[in-house]
Amino acid sequence: MGRYIIKKLLISIPVMFGIMLTTFFLLNVIPGDPIALMMKDHISVDVVARVRAQMHLDDPVFIRFFRFLGGALHGDFGISYKLNRPVSYLLATAFPNTLALALSAALVSWIIGIPAGILSAVKRYSLVDNFFMGFSVLGVSMPVFWTGLLFQYIFSLKLHLLPVAGFKGPLYLIMPAIVLGWSSAGTIARLTRSSLLEVMRNDYIRTARAKGLREIAVVVRHALKNSMLPVVTVMALQVSGLLSGAVITESVFGIPGVGRIAVNAIQNRDMPLLQGSVVLTTFLVIIGNLTADIVYSWLDPRIRYGNPEGKK
Amino acid sequence: MSDTQGDTRRETAGLLEIQGLKTQFRTRRGVVPAVDDVSVSVGRGEVVGIVGESGCGKSVTSLSLLGLVTHPGKVVGGSALFDGVDLLTLDNKGIRAIRGRDISMIFQEPMTSLNPVYTVGQQVSECLRSHASGVSRKAARASVEEMFEMVGIPEPRARLDAWPHQLSGGLRQRVMIAMALICKPKLLIADEPTTALDVTIEAQILALMKDLRRDTGTAIMLISHNLGVIAETCDRVYVMYAGRVMEEAEVFELFDSPTHPYTRGLLASMPRIGGERGPRKPLYSIRGNVPDMQQLPKGCRFAPRCDFAMARCVESEPPLLDASHATGNPGGKPHLSRCWLAEASGAGGQQ
Ligand SMILES: Nc1ncnc2c1ncn2[C@@H]1O[C@H](COP(=O)(O)OP(=O)(O)O)[C@@H](O)[C@H]1O
Ligand SMILES: [Mg+2]
Repeated sequence: MGRYIIKKLLISIPVMFGIMLTTFFLLNVIPGDPIALMMKDHISVDVVARVRAQMHLDDPVFIRFFRFLGGALHGDFGISYKLNRPVSYLLATAFPNTLALALSAALVSWIIGIPAGILSAVKRYSLVDNFFMGFSVLGVSMPVFWTGLLFQYIFSLKLHLLPVAGFKGPLYLIMPAIVLGWSSAGTIARLTRSSLLEVMRNDYIRTARAKGLREIAVVVRHALKNSMLPVVTVMALQVSGLLSGAVITESVFGIPGVGRIAVNAIQNRDMPLLQGSVVLTTFLVIIGNLTADIVYSWLDPRIRYGNPEGKK
Repeated sequence: MSDTQGDTRRETAGLLEIQGLKTQFRTRRGVVPAVDDVSVSVGRGEVVGIVGESGCGKSVTSLSLLGLVTHPGKVVGGSALFDGVDLLTLDNKGIRAIRGRDISMIFQEPMTSLNPVYTVGQQVSECLRSHASGVSRKAARASVEEMFEMVGIPEPRARLDAWPHQLSGGLRQRVMIAMALICKPKLLIADEPTTALDVTIEAQILALMKDLRRDTGTAIMLISHNLGVIAETCDRVYVMYAGRVMEEAEVFELFDSPTHPYTRGLLASMPRIGGERGPRKPLYSIRGNVPDMQQLPKGCRFAPRCDFAMARCVESEPPLLDASHATGNPGGKPHLSRCWLAEASGAGGQQ
């Protein structure tokens, strides 16, 4: 088990390096001079050249990459061109907001999605099933900015129950978490349902019934654990996705998170900030996948002990 | 209903008396009468075989008993008296109390019949603990270990914590047998227990089942498409075809003097090393295919494939006729055959 995790961690080092290399070079070839964007038109060519030299922007790209890499290893991603603050500081300020939003949205989607999926599977084709599946289609197909605005209109402007936007406390989190959570709850519910139905067709479910177990024990003890494997994968991807910035939700609800930083950085050609965001995102995705792997091996002993084919 | 509810049936003082069982699958294409008026009895401590080509309704018959037929299947008729209680009329709670305790089952695929995410010890002890309330985890573990030993699992204690994927097919089937026997059932239903195993393991498992029957007195309903397995193990045999019982006899009688052309076909297609037909001769096989269960012939269901079919066979389906006269063994356990030939050659049926 421990060795399994260490192996996964070691594999993620070259992945991290590869991503940094790729983004660094890609960001270098996209058009648009950051200095020109940073300074206004009336600055002379001389000044621009001097600033470029000062920021080592004229050095060969490889040298700049290794300088970036060296800094990154120390948690130093440079100074944002636009905001004139250390990138690590900016990200460290925005990240807790994103984390709070992502975790609460994920929690909402699991608390709704998993039980809804289970009930739908157990009571297949019933009214309950149709209701939940309709609900999840709505969640998946309604764009977040639209549900966001709708919620703001109903719960803030009409009912005055919740603050419209901003981020000054837990109360501000409720609406965005529900809006964002609902959209992924649909996916989770459908996946839970189909996975559970699939697992319920297995021979060992018949064995469990033939033992004389109650149907609830058959579902909860024998089907659920097996059926969670694909769901866990999606849950992990979803959390890393949310953590790397739910851009639209952050914009609609005015939450100063990582997503907004990244979008602004792209618009301003703010290379250090953009590189920092990408590295952070990569790191989070790797952590998310690693968590999924760990949960996987906890759920399925065949992974824990190798031998996925189930052969002797 | 069956045509032979005469005195012969009662003699067995049955543990299980299935009468006129009908189970259907209502599919989009129509109704599949998978089990159509099947009567089978199992005496206490008796080993009864059910044999027939794949798809003839053997598994559905056994699943029907315990209410394990899944949607779109449904038991639509008949009765199944087990110790005087009709299993088919029990509610959920009633049938659950019987499953795994009085009647237990083992299945064809030991690879997939165990849950991959629990140890085999957990899975066997779960069966015990769900029926015997108040058995501590530790006591259950001890019983399971004992049972593992009894079914011939080497190093039983260490195997308690093994995961299914760590065991070979033969060991897994032994685990399934241990699970089936842990509550000391009166009837064990074994549905193709050795079909997925190779021949040496098959022989070991069959020997184990015979030993268990001798030592515990558990009655066994052994389902197989393989007459060799049946011959090895059973006292009495039912031959099924297209949802019906075609022939019923004691095992020696069935093999010595089969009366139904279908049974004869099955026997002729058994591989026999060193038998009267040399191993080089191509094996006989019954011509044609198993009929489409939604378009069954009007007369005898086997008539389209039968070498002896007469005009009468296509016209009307024979009932189960007494064939013991034909075989010169009157007065023994019943020998019944769903074939007009049994009537023609014998002293008449029991109609
Ligand atoms: N889920 C199902 N849906 C429709 N028909 C089924 C289903 N399961 C079984 N049947 C029908 O029941 C018949 C008997 O099946 P089964 O009892 O499994 O045969 P076997 O004798 O090989 O055990 C099959 O031929 C098939 O037509
Ligand atoms: Mg079968």
